[in-house]
This record gives sequence, C-alpha cells and structure tokens, in this order.
Amino acid sequence: MSPQGSGYHAARWNEPLITEMGGDGQRGILPPEVEEKIASATSDALDAIPAHMRRKTSPALPELSQSQVLRHFVRLSQMTLGADVTPDMSSGTCTMKYSPKVNDALVRLPAVADAHPLQDALTLQGTLEVLHRFGKIMGEISGMDEFSFQAGSGAQGIYVNACIIRAYHESRGEGGLRDEIITTAFSHPSDAATPSVAGYKVITLMPGPKGYPELDALKAALSDRTAGLMLTNPEDTGLFNPEIDEFVRLVHEAGGLCAYDQANANGLLGITRAADTGFDMCQFNLHKTFSAPHSAIGQGCGAVGVTKELARFLPAPVVTFDGDSYDLDYGRPDSIGKVRSFLGNVQTVIRAYAWVMSLGAEGLRMVAETAVLNNNYLAEKLSGVRGVSLPFPGSDRRLEQVRYSWEQLAKDTGVSTTDLSRRITDYGLANFMESHAPRLVPEPFTLEPTESYTLEELDEYAAVFEEMSREAYEAPEMVTSAPHKAATAKRDDPPFNDPKQWAMTWRAHRRKNLNT
Amino acid sequence: MSSMTHPYIPNSAPEARRKALEAIGVDDIEDLYAAIPERLRLRKDLDLPDAIRSEQGLRRHVERILSSNRGTRDYLSFLGGGCWEHYVPAVCDEINSRGEFLTAYGGQNYSDHGKYQALFEFQSLMGELVGMDVVSAPTYDWAGAAASALLMACRVTGRSKALVPEAISAEKLAQIRNFARPAATIETVRYDRDTGALDLDDLRSKVDSQTAAVYFENPSYLGFIEGGGAAISEIAHEAGAMSIVGVDPSSLGVLSPPSEYGADIVCGEIQPLGMHMQAGGGLGGFIASRDDEQLVAEYPTYLVSLGAPEEGGGWGFGVSTFERTSYEKRESSPDYYGTTQWLWGITAAVYLSLMGPRGMEELGEGLMQRSLYTMRQLDSIDGVKCPVFASASVKEFVVNFDDTGKTVQEINAALLDRGIFGGKDLTKELPELGQSALYCVTEVHTKDDLHTLADSVREVLS
Repeated sequence: MSPQGSGYHAARWNEPLITEMGGDGQRGILPPEVEEKIASATSDALDAIPAHMRRKTSPALPELSQSQVLRHFVRLSQMTLGADVTPDMSSGTCTMKYSPKVNDALVRLPAVADAHPLQDALTLQGTLEVLHRFGKIMGEISGMDEFSFQAGSGAQGIYVNACIIRAYHESRGEGGLRDEIITTAFSHPSDAATPSVAGYKVITLMPGPKGYPELDALKAALSDRTAGLMLTNPEDTGLFNPEIDEFVRLVHEAGGLCAYDQANANGLLGITRAADTGFDMCQFNLHKTFSAPHSAIGQGCGAVGVTKELARFLPAPVVTFDGDSYDLDYGRPDSIGKVRSFLGNVQTVIRAYAWVMSLGAEGLRMVAETAVLNNNYLAEKLSGVRGVSLPFPGSDRRLEQVRYSWEQLAKDTGVSTTDLSRRITDYGLANFMESHAPRLVPEPFTLEPTESYTLEELDEYAAVFEEMSREAYEAPEMVTSAPHKAATAKRDDPPFNDPKQWAMTWRAHRRKNLNT
Repeated sequence: MSSMTHPYIPNSAPEARRKALEAIGVDDIEDLYAAIPERLRLRKDLDLPDAIRSEQGLRRHVERILSSNRGTRDYLSFLGGGCWEHYVPAVCDEINSRGEFLTAYGGQNYSDHGKYQALFEFQSLMGELVGMDVVSAPTYDWAGAAASALLMACRVTGRSKALVPEAISAEKLAQIRNFARPAATIETVRYDRDTGALDLDDLRSKVDSQTAAVYFENPSYLGFIEGGGAAISEIAHEAGAMSIVGVDPSSLGVLSPPSEYGADIVCGEIQPLGMHMQAGGGLGGFIASRDDEQLVAEYPTYLVSLGAPEEGGGWGFGVSTFERTSYEKRESSPDYYGTTQWLWGITAAVYLSLMGPRGMEELGEGLMQRSLYTMRQLDSIDGVKCPVFASASVKEFVVNFDDTGKTVQEINAALLDRGIFGGKDLTKELPELGQSALYCVTEVHTKDDLHTLADSVREVLS
C-alpha cells in the first residue's frame, strides 16, 4: 500500500509576521462611533486622566485592511494540522477524537456565547440545567457523588484534587502532619507538579517489570505522613495496573485519600469506575475523552468528581436544583475556594453534554471498546515495523494508547524518534507525541488512535510508519533532514533557549537581533 | 448500538469489528480487557438518559434547554466585574471557528507552524500594548495570571509576602489566596475612601523586608484609574519588592502602559479583545515582563520564541526553555501549566490586528466618554450618587443608592423586570460602600441604551 499523504505538501506561505505588515492609515474595523450628543457632552472625558497615566505614544500595532487580516490568519490556519484536517492518532495521551460540529454550533448560540456570568441565575437557567444534568451524568460514569466543572484544564482539575486532599486533612487537624503525596513515573507530570504547588512533598513510584509500580514500592512509600495518592490508570504506557484497588486500600489504611486522574479514560467508559475501585475523587478532561475540541491548547475543562464526604470541599459556586429552578451556591464555608473565575469554560461542558447525549450508555461503552480495539489493531500493525518495540515485553495488552520505542531503529540507523516526529509531517500527519518526562522509554513515541477512525485510516497511518522505518534504514538522510514538505523547514540549533537571542515578542527581536 | 453504526465511531460497524479482532488474533473485545480484573468491572449498563441518535434531535434537545437562558442580546446589560460585553468582530469568530485551529492541540512547530506564529503574534501585539518585551502564552484567566505573577516575584526576591488592594474582586482574591497559600501570605492594603486609590500610608506601613510584590490594577476593579501607579511602584522598589500591575487591555489605547509607571510584571485579562463572554468561558489571562533572564526562568507558561528566518524566507517558532515548565519539572515545579486558553490568544491577535492603533485609541476614548455620560445621567437622579470616587473611570464605575431608600437587590430585581441587567451588587463584597453596584458601559451601548438605563432607574426609584 502506498502510504497516506505520499503526494502531500503543506501550504508554505512564508507568511510575514503581522507586525511587519500593513501601511499607514489602513483600518481593519471601526469601533462604534460615539454619538454626537454624548461626544459633545463629554469632550473633556480624557482630561480627567492624570497626566502621567495618559498614553503618550500610540501602541505600535499594525494598520491593516480587514481582508488583509483575514487572509493572514486564514493562511496561518492552513499551516496548522488540526484533527479536522488530518487523522490525529499521533498525539498519544491527548485523545484526539472527532469533535462533532453540531456541538460547536450549539455553543455559538447567543444564549451561550453572549451570556454574562453574573446574570441573575433566573436568566441562566439553561446553562445551569446543562451543568446540573451533566453533573449527574458524570456521577454515573465515575460513581462519584458530586461534580465541579470550574477547572479549566486537566492540570487544574488535578490541582483541585490536591487542594481537596489538603482541605480534608486540615479539617481533621492533620494538615501539617500529612505532607506527602505519592504518584507514579508514568502518570501525567501534573500529578506530580500540582500537589507540589499545593505544598506537598511528592514521592514518585517507578515502574516494575510489568510497566506499573509493584505493591511493595507503594508499601515502602506509605507512612503516617501520607496525604494521598494521585495517578493515572492506565498510565502513559496504556498499561492498566490490575492491583489498583489494593493500592487504594493500602493508602486508605495509611490514612490517605486517593485521587484518580482520568486523563486516560477513553477505554474505560462503562467498563470500570473510579468510585467502585475505592477512589475518593477523580478528574476527567472534557476536551479529551468527552470530545470537546482541544482548541489549539484550550478552552478545556477538568471535571472534578468527589464522594459525598468530600463534596463540601469542592470549589464554589456549585449548581443546585430545588426541583423547580437552578441556582448557584456560593456559601460554601469548607470549600477550597476558587481556582478559576466564574463557572469555568461553560461552553466546553455544553459540548461534552451534547456528545454524551448523542451516545447514551451503550454508545459510551462502544466508544471505549472501539478505542481499545483500534489501539490494539494499530499496535498489531506497528509490531511488524522494523525497529519498533513495545517496552515491558510480556506485560498485558495496552488499552487505549501505547508508548512505543524506536530504540532498535536508532541503534541500527542513528535516526532518532525526534527526527521521525519531524519526518511524519511530510506525510500530512501531526508530529507524534514522544513522551512526557521522565523519559524512561528510550526513543519513545506515544500513539492513541481513539474510536474515531476507520480500519483503512488505521492501515494508512501504520503504512506511514512502515515507510518511515524503511527510509531510516535505507536513506536516513531523508529522515534526519526532515521535514521537506511541511509548512516550515528544519532548523538546527534554534535560538529559543539562548537568553541573548530568544525573542518572545517582535519588539524584543527588533531590540536584540536587529538593533532597532 | 449493535444494530447501527454510529457516525462518530466508524468501527462500531460489526464487519469492521470482526476484521479488527481477526487481525489482532482475539475472538472477542472482552479479551482486550483481560488486564482489568473481574472485581473491578462494571457488569451493568450505566444508568444514563437515552441517546438521541439523530443530529437534528440532539440539536433540538440542547437548544430547548438553552432557550431558557436570557443573554445580553435579549437584555440590556450593564454587568462587568471581570467579564465584559464588548463588540466581537466577525473576523474573530471566523478565525477561531476554523477547524485547523479549533481542533489542533500539542503539535509542534513542524505540523502546527501557523498556530505558533499566531501565538507569537499574540505575544508581540500584547507586548506593544503593555510596553513589555516578554509576554506569555495565555493563562486560564486574569486571576490565575495575577496569582502566578505574585509567586514569580516571591521566587525572584526570595521573599514570601505579597500586598494586594483590599478593593479587588472577592473572587479574584479567593483565587489568589487559594493558589498562593503554601508559598506566600497575602495581605490587603486599604483604599482611600474619597478617590478609591490605594492608601499610600497604609501601603508604606505594610511594605517590609519580607514583601515580594505589591499588586494593583489599572483600571481598578471598581473601574477608576489608579493615579498613584508611579508612587506605588516606587514604594515597592524602595523596599526591594516588585511592582505587579493587572490591566484590562481595552483601556490601553488611552492609558499609559504599566511599564511607564514602574511595573516589573504585568498581567491581565484578554476577554475584551474579541472573545464572547460565554458566561466566563471567554476569559484568558497573560503575564508580561521585561526581558530578564531571571524573570523568564520563573514563567510557568509556554513562551513562544521567534527563531531566525531560514534561507529563502519564513520564520521559525519554538517553545523557549521548555524545561521551566511543570511538564519537565514535575514534583519540583512551583507552578503548573496545562490546557489554557490558546484559542483566545489567537483571537486576541486577530482583534488587535483589526483594531490597530487608531481602533484601540478610539475604543478607549469612547469607553470613557460613554461612562462619563452615563455617570452624569445617573447622578442627576434623586438619591443616586455617581461616581462614588473622585477619580476618572474607564468603563466601570460605582453607583451608590444609599439615599434612595432601596437596596441594590431590589433595584436590580425591578430593572430585570424591565429587561435590564443592573450593575454587579457590591453590598456583600464591599459592605463599607453601602448600597452600591458596579456598572459597566462599553462601546456596545448607544445613547438610547444609556437613556433607557437612566429612565428605568428613575422609574424604579420613584
């Protein structure tokens, strides 16, 4: 089979920076004029600004016609491989499933788009009803009792979990005593970083021979200083820890709480539940498992679920329903407080609600099963690719994703996984995810095909890996000098990390590199 | 489901499943789940509402629920307080609706060159507005940016106390307190009851050798221009602390960039720059500073850097010093980054490109004129005092109803009956202001709108 995208070439507009464009006097849009009666009555408005607070020089923004601005950004969009453009199985751990267009249409309704968060709750009944209904749905999916959708991302959802653990121990007078959180090396970096931000010392368990930590490692880490356990399962590897309930039991026995980061839940919907496993709380990424678009890194939502014992700690406000109307309850004395302004990314929750409603219980289970089926199908195909291996041989089947290794290929050819991640863009596919830190798997790459693709698409995707492997063995220069057909060429030795050269803005670049 | 292929799940088709299982070499999907012990399996169907299979039916279902919302297209709104009704240019919606951006995520520069260029342009245009050389990729919101900026200052100075105005949004203060708790103590500084400005004597008495930063806002939460910016920064600097200024960028066509009155770090909210409010879902924050290696090392966010042009033209972009971030630092990370609000960063770049320097100047001046006009209209009503503070306002201002014999709650309820969202009730947040509300007027309001407000308030109070 000829691999997908063999005739592909990205748009390569060599588009100038917007700050280099435009001419004097061009206008992209005109703000509403101040009406004469107002203008004449307030001609002194600016005089009231204290002299030193009055802007002296106009901001050096570009002056462009409207169609110039439009074309520029459309061209930039054409040089971006979103999942609407190309099957994105490359972004393992990110769950790049199809984001249904109808759900986008729903959140563009003025009733959603142009609502103010501080409107009287009586005028936000629709939004509050969706939040309330979706809280019940997520409760059923996870087994948890109460949900909050305030967190704006998975990381923030995990942070909320860490704050709840802190609040729980403080409420029992053990806040200062229990100062350690346990996580695992293959859990998302946020499972280590956010408890650290919340003030905890973090202990990271390393994987055993089967790819996940052994019980003895956990036992050695537990003590009367243990505040909790925070981890994903499956971890980044796609391997499910079958002793997870025993992990939870032991942490409980030591007096800690257990938080299930469900970032990798796409293979688990309707299959197994956080609460049934004994977890006290969890978080789901609505922009991953629940199909809301990833939006070039956000508008996300970390949906946080807790048992009823912990509900009093959830961020305020929470949505309430008295059987008649919906309201927002801000009076939560034990709440961890706020982590994100207002109600969070409400539009993301509405999309997730619509997605679940399009599927129902049977559909959600079909999502999970198909994600696991597709992943194992792709893994089967890739296991035949020269130079590819699966770490932890002899371990169980992976569920929804796999962290593979190009170790053998790199040894044989000198071509690295980073080279291949650039090369894959020549086939019209997104750079693949290599690994989160720590990079325990040599020359890693992490793929997650989700439920969204046909067998033909999976075959074509695997064929690209077959082809890239052949290139690495037969014509490595083709790979190491890649990309050749992407929107931009390879840059050796980039200046991004050199304080003398880096430039986070055009004005910094002008000053540092152009001396203007 | 078994009898029907779901449009979102191509391999729900029985034939495809059979083929896939055969290729894998197992008989049943259950075999793929062998790793999950039976005791952890859910052996019943989830109890969820029935699926609505057709797109048309789904749309009707959700639209029906949402139809009980009444938004700012239905009601005349004077709500602000951290989320503001500004005009959203059609080109902003067009660009952020494009699937290429909407469904992109973590792809690097080679697949997502355009995404990185748009983000670099966001940083560059914001840099021009606030007068700083380093601008972050978007954060979750202004409050989050402020909290991160305060802790950046703590790490740079090696100190652990931060001062913030007493009169900032209670929600924002709650967010800052939650975030800063393990690392810093947050103390509030009083404000001058006449001008609203930060009380410099109180500030002087609280700044000490443990103070990492003094944070203030311009325009302030209560809408007025904080005229003491330079003096506040000086007091902070004299004590070896940093000056952190939070801004609403919609004011920066007419107000000085904070870099000109001593700010070391700037943060703020980008929602006014082309984002629909979305009940707060339109929010996004940013952090900015001068190009100082020590400060850059403390940014928690991605920072997109420009690379040299390659031969034959074209710019390159990459994430600078990725090892700063929580993705690399894990348990040694003092802050965290994640899926933030990049689509709104791209949108803000579009907005600022459309507006240009003239547009931002006209916007700022127009906001001030409409506010002033509205304040005068309201102040002419018996018992209504407006403005409460003797300082110029940009787009928000406090209206006091103490002498009307009615509470803000009563007034807002009566205004709601007339199709008006009155200003944010401040009585719980700042009880010392009595029966006061925070009103917001922007470029979306016409003279007729403003007269409707004044007439309605008069009617409600009569």
